[in-house]
Amino acid sequence: MSSPSPARTGSTPRPAPPDDTKLALLFIAPAALGFLVFLVWPTVRGIYLSFTRFNLLRPAEFVGVDNYTRMFADPVFWNALWVTLQYVVLNIGFQTILALVIAVMMQRLTQSTWLRGLILTPYLVSNVVAAMLFLWILDYQLGFGQVVLESIGLERIPFLGSADWAIPTIAFINTWRHVGYTALLIFAGLQTIPETVYEAARMDGSSEVSTFLRITVPLLRPILALGLIITVVGSFQVFDTVAVATQGGPVNATRVLQFYIYDLAFGRFQFGYASALSVALLLVLMAVTFVQYRLTRADSTDLD
Amino acid sequence: MRRRRTDRTRTRAATALALAVAVGSAVGLSGCAKGESAAGAGGTISYWLWDSAQQPGYQKCADAFAAENPGLRVRITQYGWDDYWSKLTAGFIADTAPDVFTDHLGKFAQFADLGVLRPLDDLQATKDIADDDYQEGLATLWKGQDGKRYGAPKDWDTVALFYNAKMLADAGITKEQVDSAAWNPDDGGTFEKMVARLTVDAKGRRGDEPGFDKNRVKVYGMAIDHGGGDGYGQTQWSPFTGSSGTGWQYLDKNPWGTRFRFDSPDVQKTLGWYFGLVRKGYMPPYEVTAGDLDKNKQLAAGTAAMTVDGSWMISTYSGFTNAAGEKTPIGIAPTPVGPAGKRASMFNGLADSVTTNSTQPENAAKWVKFLSGQTCQDIIGNAGVVFPARRSGTELAVAYNKRERNLDVTPFTEQVSEKSTFLYPVVYYAEDIKAILGPGMNAIYIGQEPVSAMTTFNEQINLLLSQRG
Repeated sequence: MSSPSPARTGSTPRPAPPDDTKLALLFIAPAALGFLVFLVWPTVRGIYLSFTRFNLLRPAEFVGVDNYTRMFADPVFWNALWVTLQYVVLNIGFQTILALVIAVMMQRLTQSTWLRGLILTPYLVSNVVAAMLFLWILDYQLGFGQVVLESIGLERIPFLGSADWAIPTIAFINTWRHVGYTALLIFAGLQTIPETVYEAARMDGSSEVSTFLRITVPLLRPILALGLIITVVGSFQVFDTVAVATQGGPVNATRVLQFYIYDLAFGRFQFGYASALSVALLLVLMAVTFVQYRLTRADSTDLD
Repeated sequence: MRRRRTDRTRTRAATALALAVAVGSAVGLSGCAKGESAAGAGGTISYWLWDSAQQPGYQKCADAFAAENPGLRVRITQYGWDDYWSKLTAGFIADTAPDVFTDHLGKFAQFADLGVLRPLDDLQATKDIADDDYQEGLATLWKGQDGKRYGAPKDWDTVALFYNAKMLADAGITKEQVDSAAWNPDDGGTFEKMVARLTVDAKGRRGDEPGFDKNRVKVYGMAIDHGGGDGYGQTQWSPFTGSSGTGWQYLDKNPWGTRFRFDSPDVQKTLGWYFGLVRKGYMPPYEVTAGDLDKNKQLAAGTAAMTVDGSWMISTYSGFTNAAGEKTPIGIAPTPVGPAGKRASMFNGLADSVTTNSTQPENAAKWVKFLSGQTCQDIIGNAGVVFPARRSGTELAVAYNKRERNLDVTPFTEQVSEKSTFLYPVVYYAEDIKAILGPGMNAIYIGQEPVSAMTTFNEQINLLLSQRG
């Protein structure tokens, strides 16, 4: 930047570069069209529907903020929000810590692509299959998991059949399925930390644990923050595991927000009210993401 | 909720799969629905049902119909219970619903309300369907609040006790004893004694013997499932509530009731006694049945000796075999006599309805008329899966069970001939009511809420119903 470029100072201006705007718009168009049709339009329409009474077969009828008034007075909604929050805390807690440990081990202990790939396999299994699998393993009467518990001298545990266990169990099932993916994200982040930093740490006689806490974790912060934002948003939208394993029960113990919304819309044809709940979820997610973004300073790095 | 032959595991997987499809490939789905479009040209009438066991019987009806009506033919499509209703709903929205479909009383009110059913009185072929041709009370259930007929009766069902005859013999209980059992909500009567006797703990002690360990039960006297009864407890507690007091009814009037009666002291006392059997160890607790353990599986696995279940399950129970391939001896007994001085069973029936989006309603009506007529219902009776709505068809089904399965199914028919039945509640807001009662029964089954909570649920339901002036 210090030396002025000849083009600026020269007396004969170079011809202006060709205008790329049209070509750029052409390239952006397909993605923009998809974004408008599949994301913006449904969101706008969903927000509109949240102010109506709508059962799909009859035209929507505008009812003002009735749906929102009902939402604030609906104990099942507040319960759903609370249950979802419990799930997110447990799920993200387990998952992030476990993924971090796995990722560091992948980097420090092995170079084998096979082994690294193996960590990702649960993620290749669909949510529904994973839920079915654990439904059988954990079945109170016939489950293999119960047989194992008994063989080591413990009592059978109604994992999916008791209000206290159901949410932790579902959080665990989804942790099992997603931890590999999160680990992979973090692993990619680890690769960006220059080896020279570690070399310096070794020279100074830093222990493995101390290196992890003082070098790896701080330098990994931006990637961890990004991973957290992605996984937290995904975690709030838990649905299929609940739909397969407990269907909201026992009573309302696992009636998470998405499952409640689904039941309202497709079971009870209350699309207006279901839309209002979806808008509430949207606002919650926006707030959570904003706070996370600010708290973790995800847009800056300490590597500079 | 009456579910025909649903396997919970399969149902759940299917639902999830359907969801995945619905979410993942809306385009593909609509394309496929178009291909199967109901509005069939060239005289092809599309017809949907959910019970695969009944499809062969109805195929025979379809063949007979085609022979009788040159130029017309019927294409039958079968979907499992959950898929069936979501596809049907999607069909109504996208105008691809079939011409004729098998309708259920739990869904009928909503469909009539949405205006997707054609009144059969307005169609040439079906306008002269007579109520008297069917078992008493069946036809009137299918009339809307406007007095018009929206479904032609095809079959009916009641509930009874299915039991493992060997377990009964081992417990020293005779067929006469089980046939004449009586219950009451105070000490349970001879029925509870029997259930206790049939319960066996891990050390072989029976439920009525000293030292019985209710926390280590190997065989439960009676089975229970669906979180305590989904809502109306049709195949769980309804024969008890129905014979409590002076013969309890769900609604102030049925069909089209405006107030539920779950606040009745009789019914709450009865439910208290019923779920008390769980606390005593005679019925499995929630943890055991929460997975996917339907009552018929509990009997098949030998973890329960007896259960209430519906007549549409006869072929399932009569087909049980043990690991060695030997047939499990199954017996059927009528539901026990209650304080009302009689037995009781819910009386429910299916019907065929014509959709408004059918482009050939007159042809569709001909098929409905045929389905509700003697020829077809006799064919169905001879298939032995359900009891047809016409009396002659019913008799054929009874004879089939005697002849082919050596099974006396009169415990089901007796309820009708002795008029000890009560009707499936037909009301608006059925799905919303289920959303209140489902988790509600769950909470009472688990013990999280007292039976008196039924009063609160009742108020919530009645508030819903009152919104409809």
